[in-house]
Amino acid sequence: MALSHIATSSSRSNLLRPLTSALSCTSHSLRRPISSSAATDDSTTLTIETSVPFTTHKCDEPSRTVETTPKELLSFFHDMATMRRMEIAADSLYKAKLIRGFCHLYDGQEAVAVGMEAAITKKDAIITAYRDHCIFLGRGGTLLEVFAELMGRQAGCSRGKGGSMHFYKKDSGFYGGHGIVGAQVPLGCGLAFAQKYSKDEAVTFALYGDGAANQGQLFEALNIAALWDLPAILVCENNHCKDRKRGLDSI
Amino acid sequence: MATVFQSPGTATALSSNSFDSTKLLVPSRRSLSERKASFFCVRSEMKPTPIARRADNLVVNAVATKADSSASSTASKPGHELLLFEALREGLEEEMDRDPTVCVMGEDVGHYGGSYKVTRGLAEKYGDLRVLDTPIAENSFTGMGIGAAMTGLRPIVEGMNMGFLLLAFNQISNNCGMLHYTSGGQFKIPIVIRGPGGVGRQLGAEHSQRLESYFQSIPGIQMVACSTPYNAKGLMKAAIRSENPVILFEHVLLYNLKERIPDEEYICNLEEAEMVRPGEHITILTYSRMRYHVMQAAKTLVNKGYDPEVIDIRSLKPFDLYTIGNSVKKTHRVLIVEECMRTGGIGASLTSAINENFHDYLDAPIVCLSSQDVPTPYAGTLEEWTVVQPAQIVTAVEQFCQ
Repeated sequence: MALSHIATSSSRSNLLRPLTSALSCTSHSLRRPISSSAATDDSTTLTIETSVPFTTHKCDEPSRTVETTPKELLSFFHDMATMRRMEIAADSLYKAKLIRGFCHLYDGQEAVAVGMEAAITKKDAIITAYRDHCIFLGRGGTLLEVFAELMGRQAGCSRGKGGSMHFYKKDSGFYGGHGIVGAQVPLGCGLAFAQKYSKDEAVTFALYGDGAANQGQLFEALNIAALWDLPAILVCENNHCKDRKRGLDSI
Repeated sequence: MATVFQSPGTATALSSNSFDSTKLLVPSRRSLSERKASFFCVRSEMKPTPIARRADNLVVNAVATKADSSASSTASKPGHELLLFEALREGLEEEMDRDPTVCVMGEDVGHYGGSYKVTRGLAEKYGDLRVLDTPIAENSFTGMGIGAAMTGLRPIVEGMNMGFLLLAFNQISNNCGMLHYTSGGQFKIPIVIRGPGGVGRQLGAEHSQRLESYFQSIPGIQMVACSTPYNAKGLMKAAIRSENPVILFEHVLLYNLKERIPDEEYICNLEEAEMVRPGEHITILTYSRMRYHVMQAAKTLVNKGYDPEVIDIRSLKPFDLYTIGNSVKKTHRVLIVEECMRTGGIGASLTSAINENFHDYLDAPIVCLSSQDVPTPYAGTLEEWTVVQPAQIVTAVEQFCQ
């Protein structure tokens, strides 16, 4: 089966190890180990402090500590593991030419999607570029919709008409899924504008990458968002993809 | 099918940039039957918007020639006279009153009142959140308008000049046109993109562009071009109410046209052509400013004994092949007069559409008069020569109808 090559890859073998030992080697920042009995106990609250401090510019630093429960942490892990397996499966399907065109994978970045989802509601909007499979999943999409869309079937989230780069979920505020680098940022500021206009008390997360950081339209949109005081949060996911692709520098 | 008749007398005095059509309409009821011109307005068949419509206030036949019992009571209303930009503003204001999700964004639309005064007074009335001044960033504010439209707002994006929207081409093409499709129908983009385009008075090459030829291939958008205050207001309202992205092309030189329009609320069908002058010998298809050049030429042609049928196609995408087809079947000769470039313009597409559909009805190949394939020169005389002039239209018709 196409998934067999996962076991041979050392960086991905954590998925197949038992749950507790996998946790103990990745969660070095926890003060207490999570035993299997405590995993189901919802009352214990864990306080976690982020290891890297925030760098801020003209704003207050958010709190570095966050409270969570073992159950919640395990659900995060479950989601992230699902996302990772989904991306690896998509990779295999792409190599088997069952997924054509483009297939941009999000493995390694799952924490961004899951962490963001944990802090927001479905009323808040998320918009991203073409690395959208996991964010779609985080917003409530199903694996069936993902794979059907990737393979161009009608059961896909965009009925097979969009493909890998066009995942959308309107009812849970996921606005895609865009192929042109950087073009989603003005759209995201437009979503934020609509939220301000309709007095929604919600925010928009516009995700972009290190490549889009070169785009003029990003700075244009930032400028307008600042001028009009829009509830837009721009999230740059720097996976150094741009450097691999073009070997150029950007700010 | 909507038909609007106008007498040839309306095509005068274009050179002075103002257009007095008071001779055309006489408000008293007695003279209606004597009048050569009549106006019909048909409500567009569009999907109803979620906001409650004042459907009963919308008059189907706003002004009619024959004494229809339903329309006779409205026919006696004199209507009011205004300029084209005021008609656009009226349409805009009525829609903003009717639907709180309608907002306008563009450069200088707010406190300045709009570079062509289309949005004058609206910022004071509706506030900064509904009439938004944007910085000079067409790509991003068009994108923002599209993003807002995805959530259900109905923004109207104004390009100060249509040529500037080339900077927003990516947003218009990929996001505005295609999002409805690529999302599998999840998102509707009820946006209106409007602005003045076309050749003005020595504005230079970059400010005299005809963008309808570049946009016409984008799948998923509708394009309309207004030419009179009546259809400007009607098309503006219809475009705002439409669930599809609509690009409304205005013309820099037509903003000061004066016409009497009905007091009652009316909208024009987005996909319908306008019969300007019925005739028998030849069908002349045109839109926007060229309509007036054609009507000027029509006056001369009528004096020479020809009977041209003039149709203002109004809907640039999709073409109203029903009206056009009926006309072709009647006259068997087609002349297209447009301001677009010769290569790849609206005329080129229209020629091929008519050839494909009505080839058997044509007695002669379609002739298309369009602008020269050159950047518009600054010098006035040169600029005149790049655009189709009435004399050229007359010559073309004479050659055609030999």
